Amino acid sequence: MDFEDSPEEAKFRAEVRAWLDANAKPKASRDTGDALGEDDKTSLKAAKAWQAKKAEKGYARITWPKEVGGLGGTPMQQVIFNQEEAKYDVPNTGAFAIGLGMCIPTVMAYAGKDVIARYVKPALRGDEIWCQLFSEPAGGSDVAALRTRAERDGNDWIVNGSKVWTTGAQFSDYGILLTRTDPTVPKHKGLTMFYLSMKSPGVEVRPIKQASGASGFNEIFFTNVRIPDSQRLGEVGQGWQVALTTLMHERLAVGGGTGGGLDVPQLLQLARELEIEDGPAIKNAAVREKIADWYVRSAGLKYTTYRTMTALSRGQQPGPEASIAKIVVASKLQDLSAFAMELEGEAGALTGEDALDQGAFQMGWLSAPGLRIAGGTDEILKNIIAERVLGLPQDIRVDKDVPFNKAPTGR
Amino acid sequence: MNFDFSDDQKMLKDQAHKFLSEKCTPKAVRAVYESGSTYDRALWKQIAELGWAGTAIPEQYGGLGLGYLELCVIAEELGRALAPVPFSSTVYQFAESLLVSGSEEQKQRLLPKVASCEIIGTLARAEGVGAVLPKNIRTTFRNGKLNGKKTAVVDGMDAGYAVVLARGSDDAGERGLQLALVDLKQAGAKRRAQQSIDPSRSHAELTFENANAEALGKQGEAWSDLNRVLDRAAVLMAFEQVGGADVCLQMAKGYAMERYAFGRPIASFQAIKHKLADMYVANELARSNAYYGAWALSTGARELPLAAAAARVSATQAFDFAAKENIQTHGGVGFTWEFDCHFYYKRSRELGLALGAQRVWKDKLVTQLELSNAA
Repeated sequence: MDFEDSPEEAKFRAEVRAWLDANAKPKASRDTGDALGEDDKTSLKAAKAWQAKKAEKGYARITWPKEVGGLGGTPMQQVIFNQEEAKYDVPNTGAFAIGLGMCIPTVMAYAGKDVIARYVKPALRGDEIWCQLFSEPAGGSDVAALRTRAERDGNDWIVNGSKVWTTGAQFSDYGILLTRTDPTVPKHKGLTMFYLSMKSPGVEVRPIKQASGASGFNEIFFTNVRIPDSQRLGEVGQGWQVALTTLMHERLAVGGGTGGGLDVPQLLQLARELEIEDGPAIKNAAVREKIADWYVRSAGLKYTTYRTMTALSRGQQPGPEASIAKIVVASKLQDLSAFAMELEGEAGALTGEDALDQGAFQMGWLSAPGLRIAGGTDEILKNIIAERVLGLPQDIRVDKDVPFNKAPTGR
Repeated sequence: MNFDFSDDQKMLKDQAHKFLSEKCTPKAVRAVYESGSTYDRALWKQIAELGWAGTAIPEQYGGLGLGYLELCVIAEELGRALAPVPFSSTVYQFAESLLVSGSEEQKQRLLPKVASCEIIGTLARAEGVGAVLPKNIRTTFRNGKLNGKKTAVVDGMDAGYAVVLARGSDDAGERGLQLALVDLKQAGAKRRAQQSIDPSRSHAELTFENANAEALGKQGEAWSDLNRVLDRAAVLMAFEQVGGADVCLQMAKGYAMERYAFGRPIASFQAIKHKLADMYVANELARSNAYYGAWALSTGARELPLAAAAARVSATQAFDFAAKENIQTHGGVGFTWEFDCHFYYKRSRELGLALGAQRVWKDKLVTQLELSNAA
């Protein structure tokens, strides 16, 4: 048992470091990260430039084959690159995460050679950004209940409806779109997947103002949007199978959330500095007990990641333990930041310049409800653990064998 | 990154698993419960033949000298099987006390007999209700004589030797403490069986009246030595707890899949699914923390006190949760004597107290975080 690189891993790490040294500056201090991808547009240009630089070297997607612009490397090499890159002051390339993590893998799995040749490299370089158009007002956790209609019209499809919670749609060039093409069959059977240009006539993107005040997500409205049949991914009526490919990648991508960098060290710092009734907060037994509770969750996750990396390093499939990360991180962020605000007392209500640390804990607390929902709610993730990891049966689904247009909707 | 047990260690674990699932079924645990015996003597004898007690004891002292990682995998299996044998007292506590504080002569004299299970040993700390604190220790060790009373001593009814936390001088604080090694087969040492929440782990009160004893380690270092022993024991015990918690999840799952209510398996209800998912999350966190503890223990890393505290807190939380929610998943039958669920419920709490309560370990944990911040 050790935490060392294998000789091959060490060699790759050295190569990555040398490349990063030549192309970026080491970080001065730890940044606090960005829990929900709430980047502003000014940083997008820098992100694209950095992404293009990585793509030239094959570092934009290390596990992808060289033919499509990857490095043909191992998952462990991707982990090593991520670890090293995190030590440098480089632009946040989160804007490309959904496209490269979910959309393009779906395109590569279902589109023809010409389409792959046309779209993969520009996405890798960050020249074109993709978004994922699945969730709807009527279909969140139950994505297959979506209602956006695509109706056949000669060689085209006409799309009407709306999508919601689409990350990055405001700066996306393309999207993969899950639609209902047949409402007379049960919900999973009447879906079809397409890709489309977000500049298509009839597509309208409106930002959603979140409870935290930020706007990382959008609503998208489709009014008689015309999509050629050649942009269909998978067979008509097979959209759910295609979507599962995407969603499988989503859990891998969202699962690694850090909770905006707020964790036990920040709480410890606060507890050291703050005087409460009986002296420094850090001396108070109730405070210590809370810190210990969150520490064991944090450390447990860290070492769970090490177990996953060990499997990758040995060329094995990681075990299912990787699926616990988001459930643990999101609720820890919510509880820990609420507790920090408790310690701050009445001034804990402040945000911005007047708040301690510009209101870091307050912002963590405000964004936490979103983290517990985005990319699969806590409840859906527990269902996934129960069904896919523990092998428990699915809940009874009353709409499973009912034609979609006859299923109960509540309105 | 190589944060896992080796193939050889996993093979040892498989062997231990196979052996215990044959020789230490819940029936064997029940037999100890119902016969009133203090431990499973036949099982202890077989464990002696396998040499498990000497797994981490160096060869020069008659052990196998394999190492702590090997002992961790055996501990997990012992925990899984709720093995009713005096293994943790003898190996994690008594042997480790000798290794930490013993003189060369003491180690030579006693460790080979521990490795062969000829000696059952234990570590006696508490003197009453409440946390074990230096100021509460009234047992005295002066001029080779031990006087005082210890309570809730695990395996105290069967131990041939005990390491006893005593006061060696007039200093009423930490510096006055002294560990004493005492042969319990003498007139000056009396024992009385105590009832406990877990009948598969016997507890005893030990009374010393001018008992002959010898010093173990130096006065003034007793408290820090004791904490070093407890750190080691906490990691090993965490593996027992993780093993027990894992069984609880498997039992709850097995029952939920078979039990029908409202026309379907209760495992299909989200209230049950989410409960079992919560158990899974807690168990995985505990396992990962225990692995880090194992690494720190096996390498003698300076992170051991923090790693041990985290492993202990995490494993105690996971086993407590899994054991109580296992009963809850079973419903009424889970609360019957006939079903095995209560064995785990009782063991989870017993292990959670045996090396000191969570409160104490959480406090240690934050102390370590503070120390590493200061460094």
